[in-house]
Amino acid sequence: MSLSIKELRKSYAEPGGRRINILNVESFEMGDAEQVVLIGSSGGGKTTLLNTISGITTADSGSVVIDGTDVTRLPEAGRDRFRALKIGFVFQTFNLLPAFSALENVLLGMSFSGQKADRPHAKELLQRVGLEHRMEHKPSALSVGEQQRVAVARALANRPSLLLADEPTASVDTANQDNVLKLIREACQENGVSLLMVTHSPEVASKFDRVEKLSDFNKPEVAA
Amino acid sequence: MNLLAIAWKSLRQRALASSLTALSIALGIMLMVAVLVINSLVEDAFTQKGTGFGLVVGGKGNGDLNLVLSAVYRIGMPGEPLPYRYYEELKNHDYVETAVPMSMGDLTEEGQFPIVATIPEYFSMGYAPGKKFTLKKGGRLLGKYYSSVIGSRVAKENGWDVGSKFKLIHGGMDDHVHDEMFEVVGVLGRTGTANDKTVFVDMEAFCMLAGHEKPQEEAIDRLRKFGYEVTREQEETIKKAAAEMNHEGEEQHVAEDGKPHFHAVPNDLKEVSFILVNTKDIMGMPFLASDINEGVRAQAVNPIPVMKRLLDNLVGNVRTLLLCLTAMIVVVAGVGIFVSIYNSMNDRRKEIAIMRALGAHRGTVFSIILGESLLLCVGGGILGFLLGHGLVLIASPIVEAEAGLILNPWKFEPIELVLFPILILMATLVGFLPGMTAYRTDVAESLAE
Repeated sequence: MSLSIKELRKSYAEPGGRRINILNVESFEMGDAEQVVLIGSSGGGKTTLLNTISGITTADSGSVVIDGTDVTRLPEAGRDRFRALKIGFVFQTFNLLPAFSALENVLLGMSFSGQKADRPHAKELLQRVGLEHRMEHKPSALSVGEQQRVAVARALANRPSLLLADEPTASVDTANQDNVLKLIREACQENGVSLLMVTHSPEVASKFDRVEKLSDFNKPEVAA
Repeated sequence: MNLLAIAWKSLRQRALASSLTALSIALGIMLMVAVLVINSLVEDAFTQKGTGFGLVVGGKGNGDLNLVLSAVYRIGMPGEPLPYRYYEELKNHDYVETAVPMSMGDLTEEGQFPIVATIPEYFSMGYAPGKKFTLKKGGRLLGKYYSSVIGSRVAKENGWDVGSKFKLIHGGMDDHVHDEMFEVVGVLGRTGTANDKTVFVDMEAFCMLAGHEKPQEEAIDRLRKFGYEVTREQEETIKKAAAEMNHEGEEQHVAEDGKPHFHAVPNDLKEVSFILVNTKDIMGMPFLASDINEGVRAQAVNPIPVMKRLLDNLVGNVRTLLLCLTAMIVVVAGVGIFVSIYNSMNDRRKEIAIMRALGAHRGTVFSIILGESLLLCVGGGILGFLLGHGLVLIASPIVEAEAGLILNPWKFEPIELVLFPILILMATLVGFLPGMTAYRTDVAESLAE
């Protein structure tokens, strides 16, 4: 998988009416199966960047090309489908659906891709993250670390090309941070998935070979 | 997982609220089904399904409704009677296949059940089209003096069976109890009609009861008024038979050994309350009715339109009111579902956003919410359908005991099928606005919450 971002702009209106370009990225590239961490302070546009790459948020201008497909040119339904098939998401607060068991949460990710739910693969993923005995448990019955592992399994359910991780260790305790990080990185490596993680923690960032400071290539400014 | 499975899971997450809203729909549908089943029973009783004959013929001036109420429901008195000679004439009419005379007015001493004097042919007419009377084992249908066939409710309430004996209260001004004892020779099977609460007695014996014969002068006058010729010779014969029957010169009517001795009443002294008629073919019925009604002596009434009119006038409005009320209950329950789902949407914005982030389209999340509404409405509807028939099942023995009406809890009314498309339409309306809320959810903003 390759990711190429060019002249990406995304602006928001502030309460006073002034528009701020929260994203102002001239260029950003990442290669196949590469693992990159973006470090930046709160409010620096980390989450907005991930949302724009995944097509959750539309860009004002510029391009986000993943495996030759410019996400910004796709219609909304196309972006949804592309996201379901090509992009996995791991959130800071896990964002598991409380009504569904661990296994169902993983299957849910498959349901929205338009493909037949692959139950054996879902179980395999949960086994991989060490939850073979907790598959039928609902999120409320899982520990914080277990919930994040379910979230990782869900993100990999559709065999994505790119995994976007938004502060995935921020909600877990220090003892579990390394485990979660290791799990995400290993799982991506095993499956040949590119990983783009954002964090504000230098300690987390130090585990990666390629560390990018968001402020180095994103220059927020008042929009014209 | 398909969308309905996802919707079902979401509903289970809010099990209490979901159950209560589905229950409110179920209760509305339950009442509606019960009203429809009971309404169908009433319609059966008030339409052609409720009788085994085509025409009721009674004295002129009795009024259509009065005749039908007497003949079908055994309510009230039929009014002006007909001479027996008229029955004999009608019986031989070209159009007539069966003519059955009936006389009413007396009641049983025990239980005050209406007495209907008739002939065994009545039972061959059936109590409804295609439905024959059945007899409890060991019984028979009249056929001898002072014999009686009783309806199932009479047997149950009075504890009577074949061989039981009873007396009648005269239905005239004095309400005296007749001396003669009638014997039950047959017990009818349950019909769910007024026959269940009727005591049928032998017509001949009924006419012989004191006060039931027409005074001879009056009878002769009536025959002449009806246009029958009564010659002096016939007049003498009538008077002689009447004198013999009344035991002129004897002190008592019943023999000392208690066994009645019979003096047949001359036909010209007999009268009947009304005559039930079936024509040889259905086309003959209006012609016969027209023939009879054109004359000045009697009137013929087709009970179906009269009963329909009665149904519409008396029961129709109540039925409409009940259906409207139950429909309102269902609508209110629908509003409850709307409020329940709509209120939950605020708490579920993040769930919706997660689904969208996982790749669900706007239409998909809209469909999930609509699916929830459908499951609640249709699930509640199915539960209500079962509860409605269950309610009729529970109520049927009580209604039968109290009113003598048979409720069939498993009787399915085709109109009940209409309830389901209506419920689906309601679910769509109810789920639309919450569905649109899900459709419009701002994913990025909701994920950040």
